[in-house]
Amino acid sequence: MITRLIGKLTFWKALGIVFILGGLVSGAARFIFGLGATTHLSDSTPWGVWIGFDVVTGVGLAAGGFTLCGIVYIFNIKRFKPIVRPTVLTAFLGYLLVVVGLMFDLGRPWAIWHAIVMWNPHSVMFEVAWCVMLYTTVLALEFSPVLLERFHLTKALKVVKAITIPLVIAGILLSMLHQSSLGSLYLIVPEKMHPFWYSPMLPVFFFVSALAVGMGMTIVESYLSARAFNKTLETPLLKDLSRMMVGVASVYVMMRFLDMLHGNKFALVGWNMESGMLALEMALFFAIPLVVHNVRFGQTRLGMFLGAMSVVLGFVTNRLNVAMTSLERYYGNVYFPSIGELFVTAAVVSAGFWIFSLAVKHLPIFVDAHEEKDMVRLTPVMRPVVEEPRTAASAQA
Amino acid sequence: MSYALLIDLTGCVGCGECQRACQRSHGFPEVEAKNLNDKNFTCLDQHGDVFVRRMCQHCEQPACASVCPVGALEKTKAGAVNYSADKCIGCRYCMLACPYDIPKYEWASNNPRVRKCTMCYDERTSKGQPTACSEACPVGATLFGKRDELLAEAHKRIGENPDKYVHRIYGEKEAGGASVLYLTSVPFEKLGFKTTLGNEALPEKTWNVLSKLPDVVATAGVLFSAVYWITHRRDEVRAFEQKMNGKSNVN
Repeated sequence: MITRLIGKLTFWKALGIVFILGGLVSGAARFIFGLGATTHLSDSTPWGVWIGFDVVTGVGLAAGGFTLCGIVYIFNIKRFKPIVRPTVLTAFLGYLLVVVGLMFDLGRPWAIWHAIVMWNPHSVMFEVAWCVMLYTTVLALEFSPVLLERFHLTKALKVVKAITIPLVIAGILLSMLHQSSLGSLYLIVPEKMHPFWYSPMLPVFFFVSALAVGMGMTIVESYLSARAFNKTLETPLLKDLSRMMVGVASVYVMMRFLDMLHGNKFALVGWNMESGMLALEMALFFAIPLVVHNVRFGQTRLGMFLGAMSVVLGFVTNRLNVAMTSLERYYGNVYFPSIGELFVTAAVVSAGFWIFSLAVKHLPIFVDAHEEKDMVRLTPVMRPVVEEPRTAASAQA
Repeated sequence: MSYALLIDLTGCVGCGECQRACQRSHGFPEVEAKNLNDKNFTCLDQHGDVFVRRMCQHCEQPACASVCPVGALEKTKAGAVNYSADKCIGCRYCMLACPYDIPKYEWASNNPRVRKCTMCYDERTSKGQPTACSEACPVGATLFGKRDELLAEAHKRIGENPDKYVHRIYGEKEAGGASVLYLTSVPFEKLGFKTTLGNEALPEKTWNVLSKLPDVVATAGVLFSAVYWITHRRDEVRAFEQKMNGKSNVN
């Protein structure tokens, strides 16, 4: 029995289990011994990796949901429909996990409901809190057809389908608001942040880069799903997404370039940590994907995956630069997260992968059984029969 | 009727009575502390022979209060920026936002509070009584009073001793002004004061964006609805045309 279990254990699964167990222990320690004893947060680093990665980056990585819903439902580019469900699921899980991560970081997480009743409309954090609450609800509703179909709740399904378009528009608006507002969070510290990252344009930068990473995450996810579940998109779809991603990333980098130019920030470029981190960010987010996209290798599945992965890593670097690198010179101390902080973060990410794979196994995520045949572009690799997953799903039901 | 403190650095002898009085009135251990922390709300920084009292500036438009999602920090009518622990959710945005890095956190606690000078709000200033530190100062370097009266006094001192004082009252206009005002004979930038903040209150930078969001939402909402209508109308037209073509083929 045990050997059979071990036999089933892949490297990634084992790593996930280690992360989740470590995260549980570290998370428990944080609530027993307090933030001071278990994290490297301090009066000069009030926000660490839990805000910088789990929240500020995490929300951005879940941007695929509103981007793709907009492409399919509003711009009516139907060929992307097969990936709406997995993308919405990723976004939904992403937002739930952001809230989970936040619960570890907040000093008084049990008081989080205060944001609902004690209003301060002048606070960006207040606005972000409300948008995240509302958008998570929207995502739950956008995802609900999957569950409603699975359990044959036809009436509820009809209601949800009837309000799809208003939901999608609300989702886009809420996302525009809070994706940009995560950048606005930092508008209030003009002289603390390094000029490379401080700009009155921060909200716009955050929104545009979120669009690009939304597409990048969708490509990455699709590639990984292909490997893990044998389910994926047709290559032309990925190519289109990849092209859009590189296009948006280019617009973003041009805006950053103009910001550097008009703010005379190029004078600060030199042999220092900030310049290095800026270069890394730009290489990963823009230069590498651009090159990959324009060579033959970039037209292969692996090439598109690596290009998109580069955008994702560049995005993560950017958010961590804004949240941490840009402030290090001011506070004069270098923050590096504690083991506990890292474990909780890794556990949150692992939990996301785990729940996603569970959902794919038990719910019709990759098959849109009720869509017209021509929309089902989802052709499982190595399996010529499109209908097969459908019959499997109905047999299960 | 907003109260304030006027700290004349030319008079301060660095005795530390203000710190001890502050610690006593908050029930903290009386220790000589060089830094602010969760059990010490004021300290003296020595720059040459000048002592600079560091404490919450009780800004006129506090960044900390503007960023707090639940309004746990507020500028009171008495001038103090006061903190309500029973509202706080512990996000620590106030600590990041404060241009003077004043709010400190009870990192060791499992029910942590943000800690900073309260201008003795509950015990004293809400009732019109002077702060513990100003009462304790043996040389009158920290004066308590109404903000406009203290500003007048500061201007008077500069006017009477134009050669002695730097012609600037720190806290009169910096970052929108504060309820703690400083006079000095040594330039502020040499004493660790932030002189690059400008006179615009920091919350304005955020409000410039936040106040535009309703317009953005309205415009984008109409825009996306329009795009939806156009793109789907095309489908309808195409379907209709196909239908018509199909019919004509049959005929």
